[in-house]
Amino acid sequence: MMILSGDPPRSRVLTLVLVLIILALAATPFLFPGAKALNVAAKICVFAALVASYDLLLGYTGSVSFAHTMFYGIGSYAIAIALYGMGPNWAAVATGIVVGLPLAALLALAIGLFSLRVAAIFFAMITLAVASAFQVLASQLSWLTGGEDGRSFQLPELLRPGTVLISKNLFGFEVNGRILTYYLVFAISAVMILALLRVVNSPFGRVLQAIRENRFRAEALGFRTVFHLTYANCLAALVAASAGILNALWLRYAGPDTSLSFSIMLDILLMVVIGGMGTIYGAIIGATIFILAQNYLQSLMGVASKAASEAGLPLLPGLLHPDRWLLWLGLLFIASVYFFPTGVVGRLRNRGGDKSAGTSH
Amino acid sequence: MTELAANDPLPKPKRDIAPILLPVALALVVIPLVGSPSTWLTLTAASLAMGMMIFIMASGLTLVFGLMDVLNFGHGAFIAVGAYVATLVLAPFAASIQADSLWTNLAVLAPAALLSMAVSGALGLIVERVLILPVYGQHLKQILMTTGGLIVAEQGLYALWGPQIIPMPLPTSLRGSFIFGDVAIAKYRVLATLIGLAVFIAIQLVLNRTKLGLLIRAGVENREMVEALGYRIRRLFLGVFMTGSALAGLGGVMWALYREQVHASMSDDLTVLIFIVVIIGGLGSIGGCFIGAILVAMVANYGGFLVPKLALVSNILLMVAILMWRPRGLYAVTSR
Repeated sequence: MMILSGDPPRSRVLTLVLVLIILALAATPFLFPGAKALNVAAKICVFAALVASYDLLLGYTGSVSFAHTMFYGIGSYAIAIALYGMGPNWAAVATGIVVGLPLAALLALAIGLFSLRVAAIFFAMITLAVASAFQVLASQLSWLTGGEDGRSFQLPELLRPGTVLISKNLFGFEVNGRILTYYLVFAISAVMILALLRVVNSPFGRVLQAIRENRFRAEALGFRTVFHLTYANCLAALVAASAGILNALWLRYAGPDTSLSFSIMLDILLMVVIGGMGTIYGAIIGATIFILAQNYLQSLMGVASKAASEAGLPLLPGLLHPDRWLLWLGLLFIASVYFFPTGVVGRLRNRGGDKSAGTSH
Repeated sequence: MTELAANDPLPKPKRDIAPILLPVALALVVIPLVGSPSTWLTLTAASLAMGMMIFIMASGLTLVFGLMDVLNFGHGAFIAVGAYVATLVLAPFAASIQADSLWTNLAVLAPAALLSMAVSGALGLIVERVLILPVYGQHLKQILMTTGGLIVAEQGLYALWGPQIIPMPLPTSLRGSFIFGDVAIAKYRVLATLIGLAVFIAIQLVLNRTKLGLLIRAGVENREMVEALGYRIRRLFLGVFMTGSALAGLGGVMWALYREQVHASMSDDLTVLIFIVVIIGGLGSIGGCFIGAILVAMVANYGGFLVPKLALVSNILLMVAILMWRPRGLYAVTSR
């Protein structure tokens, strides 16, 4: 229980699902051969951490930020620009980390402090405006960021697919640099999620929840809500930037579409809400559902769309077109906000019988 | 209270004109920077036209927030829907659009705009009933619900019209410019400015000269009191929401004609712009929204001419500057 910070999943089904997901992710390189499965698994890891950090803001403090992809993008671009400019070596990786993380934290601090000056309701709007300005900036400064094309780069020798660490005749599996990178992504994401679990179960996390429930009362109790909110913002930004670093390392690329676009922000929102706000575990569930749907639902919809168009049905082929998968997830999103605001996790927890352990609101 | 006292004129509220002077001052300040007066006039005309279009789109949003404390992140969807619906009318009548006669052109444009407003307004009714009604008073859920609505609407538009950009040519008689000496002012911009002014005046008249407007203004200031006096503020709000959606649809048509193309992603860019305008103006204030829209458009046009690289970031700088001056926007009308 130590490692979960005394906050277990509290539902047998949920525990089972989580264990299955984590085992599947841990064993992906050996269980599911092929580049696509590994890409999907790495994306799930990165997004689970990213969504968990967003959950710290949305689920635990109740503030809606639309600038989360900005921090994610800062991490991605920092590492990409460093590796692109300094060549594929570890010093460049370190530079990217040393520049990217503080930059993200500072920007989060600036946004936090600025939006404190104005009405709290503006926070969502201001973060949206700042994020979109940052996106324009990133595509305009093409000498630095590569503009719309982004930056592709080489990884250090150790992490390249060509590097064979354990040859095939030893265990029957080849462990190469690519698989090592995957486990790097997996391990760091896992550590970040556990750290976030620690944060939300600390006295600090309790204050955040108190602010979410009633900011005025929390303030009356003597907590400096301003400090707590800004601090939570910076923490979330740091984790998001780290997730961005992992994503860039995995893709060997950073560009506006993979790390900055507004649609990623919407994806994060969908994941956290479908998974379950204010649970951290919801991030893992949400990311898994969403990314599996993104990668495998589309082919399913393609089949359905073809069948519908062959049957001569009007409208349905368009609605079932593989590119329209987000339409259905959007509907699912609205339904989950409406019918089960605590998401899949809250649903599973309440089903487990112990209602008092469920959500408090 | 005596009869005499009731007939006494009410004390006039203090007029706050500093925000009104702001765009005028900004326009004057940039004259020496721009250099040539004719360029300045063209830029100023462009700013006014752009500002009016943004105002039309943003006015509904600010009233909806002011009246019911509802943050609609899906407002941009109405803009896109309006633009797409207009193509339904404009595409079959392409011949009338190309005809070089103002009246033939307008005979197609006006029904197109009206249909857009009707469809956007009807969509507003559905959105209010389905998405917003269940989550009154819960900001977090409102934001999530309306964002979900935006996703669904955008994807729905793609499903119905396909993901490609649809061209929306400007009618022939609205192409080109009026030339005064060496000043060129695009005809369409004049039309846009006129429509925007008409909408602004109409909204002001309704708000300040009718009982309905009185109720809306009272509701913005103190909702509970209006409710306590026996008025159904929910129905009033539904009306405002539908009107705001219809206006967003109209703005969408105008914007699409201005850009001469339609795409569902237009709602994303415009949503950001509209939020900035609403924040600058002060939530719930029509006057502030009007000035905010002109300021944003001025900064975009002058900034785009003087320092092109700064184009979108300049809006943020403007917002920061205004909020440093007045943390609740130019005109703070709500007590929230």
